[in-house]
Amino acid sequence: MNFAIPATLTTVAYIGATILFILSLGGLSNPETSRRGNWFGIIGMTIAILATVFGMRGSQTGDVQIVALHGLPWIVGAMAVGGTIGLILAKKVKMTQMPELVAIMHSLVGLAACTIGFASFIDTTPLDVPLKDLAASENIHLIEIYVGILIGAVTFSGSVIAFGKLSGRIGGKPVILPGRNLINLLGLAVVIYYGYVFVAAGGLHEQAPTVQILIPLIVMTAISLLFGIHMVMAIGGADMPVVVSMLNSYSGWAAAATGFMLSNDLLIVVGALVGSSGAILSYIMCRAMNRKFLAVISGGFGTGGGAAAKKKDDGEPQGEVTPISATDTAELLKEAKSVIIVPGYGMAVAQAQHTVYEITKVLREQGKNVRFGIHPVAGRMPGHMNVLLAEAKVPYDIVMEMDELNGDFPETDVSMVIGANDIVNPAAQEDPTSPIAGMPVLEVWKAKTSIVMKRSMASGYAGVDNPLFYKENNRMLFGDAKKMLDEVLVALKA
Amino acid sequence: MPQTIGIPKETYAGEKRVAISPDVVEKLIKLGFAVQVESGAGEGASFFNDALAAAGAKVTDAADIYATSDIIFKVREPDLNEVAKLKQGSTLISFIWPAQNPDLMKALAAKKVTVLAMDCVPRLLSRAQKMDALTSMAGIGGYRAVIEAANAFGRYFNGQITAAGKIPPAKVFIAGAGVAGLAAIGTAAGLGAIVRANDTRGEVADQVKSLGGEFVKVDYEEEGSGGGGYAKVMSEGFQKAQREMYAGQAKDVDIIITTALIPGKPAPRLITAEMVKSMKPGSVIVDMAAERGGNCELTEPDKAVVKYGVTIIGYTDLASRLAKQSSTLYATNLWRLTEELCKAKDGQIVVNMEDDAIRGFTVIKDGEITWPAPPLKLPAPPAPKAAAPVVKPEEKKSGAGQAIMVLIAAVLFALIGLTAPAAFIGHFTVFVLAVFVGYMVVWNVTPALHTPLMSVTNAISSIITIGALLQVAPPPAPGRLDFPILVIAVVGIALTSINTFGGFAVTRRMLMMFHK
Repeated sequence: MNFAIPATLTTVAYIGATILFILSLGGLSNPETSRRGNWFGIIGMTIAILATVFGMRGSQTGDVQIVALHGLPWIVGAMAVGGTIGLILAKKVKMTQMPELVAIMHSLVGLAACTIGFASFIDTTPLDVPLKDLAASENIHLIEIYVGILIGAVTFSGSVIAFGKLSGRIGGKPVILPGRNLINLLGLAVVIYYGYVFVAAGGLHEQAPTVQILIPLIVMTAISLLFGIHMVMAIGGADMPVVVSMLNSYSGWAAAATGFMLSNDLLIVVGALVGSSGAILSYIMCRAMNRKFLAVISGGFGTGGGAAAKKKDDGEPQGEVTPISATDTAELLKEAKSVIIVPGYGMAVAQAQHTVYEITKVLREQGKNVRFGIHPVAGRMPGHMNVLLAEAKVPYDIVMEMDELNGDFPETDVSMVIGANDIVNPAAQEDPTSPIAGMPVLEVWKAKTSIVMKRSMASGYAGVDNPLFYKENNRMLFGDAKKMLDEVLVALKA
Repeated sequence: MPQTIGIPKETYAGEKRVAISPDVVEKLIKLGFAVQVESGAGEGASFFNDALAAAGAKVTDAADIYATSDIIFKVREPDLNEVAKLKQGSTLISFIWPAQNPDLMKALAAKKVTVLAMDCVPRLLSRAQKMDALTSMAGIGGYRAVIEAANAFGRYFNGQITAAGKIPPAKVFIAGAGVAGLAAIGTAAGLGAIVRANDTRGEVADQVKSLGGEFVKVDYEEEGSGGGGYAKVMSEGFQKAQREMYAGQAKDVDIIITTALIPGKPAPRLITAEMVKSMKPGSVIVDMAAERGGNCELTEPDKAVVKYGVTIIGYTDLASRLAKQSSTLYATNLWRLTEELCKAKDGQIVVNMEDDAIRGFTVIKDGEITWPAPPLKLPAPPAPKAAAPVVKPEEKKSGAGQAIMVLIAAVLFALIGLTAPAAFIGHFTVFVLAVFVGYMVVWNVTPALHTPLMSVTNAISSIITIGALLQVAPPPAPGRLDFPILVIAVVGIALTSINTFGGFAVTRRMLMMFHK
């Protein structure tokens, strides 16, 4: 690109922004450096936007001009509107709603990728490349537009559905169409075919876009949107951590594709960073459930939908559960020296995290060792429980990872499970035929006494009965988590 | 009319236990029963008449108990005199040992009574654990065995450094890590001794360690679990290796406690006269299997004898020697069983033969011998090895999978290198490197911050706004539809701005909450 001198400054500014973004992600390795990391991100973003708005770029005629000076009112206006909405959302959102917020934000990135793709398609300005490369570059540019819109559309519709599921506007149960794999394959075939038609018709691109080449683009967009919907609809509530991080990854890839489309390295780098970050998160989530990524994405639970149901018939160790009252729970906690609390999605639903902290505070004042055990897939997005506990002012140094804590259960007097089920299911270790066999779980049953707080005896998401409930050293505290914990707190203070 | 539970005094010579405690009297009355106790029945266990009466029991004589009780609680199996006194149609709950006492079984059946044998607890049922008197008695036995050993042993258990010199800790070897063995390990370790233990069932090694013992392996590969948590008879080769190991331990340790029993078989001979001879003078052997022939060749049941300078204790009444403790636990086991028999809490027992647990206990039902109970259809505890083979092939597969992935990536890279123009290659290089940087950086992110990570990457990915910014007012070009582009670009900027501002703001809000 034959940038004039100030344009090189833009490039240097982009490099600076890139480094700041990398530092920003790096800062998140530790809660102490994380706030600085966030500032790095903000500064990087500011630099990148300013450099773009006031930067220069070459035009076909060799002119160099301030890119967007006469577009500035539009830019400022759009940013003011969007920024206000964003800040209000960020201020108002409850921590329990974080997964929804993240999902809807992913959808915005996807939608923006689509709009930029379409705008880029309408823009007929010839590419700024040597004449001999023009044909190949035009083709690649068309492919980039096509792929960019594709990823953007899938991200958009998938995130909207994920938002709907997380906020309870759409039922959490997986919706599985008959022959869904066939439908997906068919969609893919159509998309590839129209991609070919689109690029082949691209020769006409010199002029204004015609219906002839708009049709493939619109059909592809429609199919991508449907594909995104279909994909997320087929995934159940407890697999949401994977979906959210996967969409996070997609939004990154959409940005990277846009970067290719616009020949902009900053977009490519940031897109790749975000894309790989989301991919790693999905991988960690899948590993935490001992499931293959493809198995999660292809929807339902396990390989066949019948696996979970069948297991129930051949007789899980049904037995007798021992209920316990809130007062007795408080007694147990009073006598305990060390306590591990294992929160799950149920705690988020019941908004019980503040009461949990109150209890923790009382116990810690009595010199007891109270810690929290967090399973990677507890909640509806990666790190969900940590944020909730942080909101309730639980110090992060007593909030532990599963692996840090699992060895300590035998020396623990009381383990308290609040609104979690599958992540504490001993069947994962003890029963090789269980649908969740091999999934890493928190070994709460190894504590002297375990207390499970639960609304009823219903099975967890996986549809697997939980032998933990029938263990001799387990007690069940039935009822709404918040209400029960309030009672425990009163009894503890009494 | 509530049923009456009667507890006679144990008549077996030297038996101090009783099948009741004052607490359990109260609990039984709460279940709706009337309780009567033979005068003086609890004396051996320090439960005196007045305490039992204060709890609500009627204190009376043996004849009255047998004549008027619907249910009799006992510890030891009844002798034929006692059987003769049983009321027809009544229920007896006691240790029975039906396999060893066929005559007793016949006599009981002839009396047309119902008999629940506390020794026939279906141990595999987890809900039967609270009624498992075998376990509670064995645990007490294991504790008492160590106390007896300490009593007969002329030294400290724990090592000490005194002004008069250093005292090494006693070394205790425990053969068999069942309930009794584990209780013995815990007790001996608690007294400060060095404790080693062996069991043919390899899966108990962790339990031994958790109680402070060291698990001594037999140098021979064979798994000795005979199902239901019991041990089985081992092969000749194993036994030989085991004997060698025991011989080695005998020379080294000060105290041996043997607890090895195999269901329905005489106790295995683990300690030979040779081994006893090789032990240090003053050493102690407590043979908890004395009643079933003994694990040691020189054991004499019910006696403590000294042979080759080694005290060999063969008491068969270890639980009775801790009468108050064992009576308390046994009475609690009985109460738990009664609870199962009387779910309505109306003071009437129902012997429900459909119930797996109750079926297991019941050896005679209305004069008909129902022993042995059919085996329970329960899944055997999973072999500890089960997990390993599942993992291995997967690792292999992923190795092959990785190779294929690398191959595909190589082919793709080659294709791109061959066909794409130079400008694209430049961007592609940046892309691939950035993916790797992202990979490295994100692995360092602590899992606690995964949600902030997602919201910050979200904010950052709105860098896509640059695309829209460039489109707002591009350099003029002829024949272009500028207005639609402008509209679309403005929409794009607005959308991404929500993300930029919202994402960073909410991340900041979250991170502010994390504190030590």
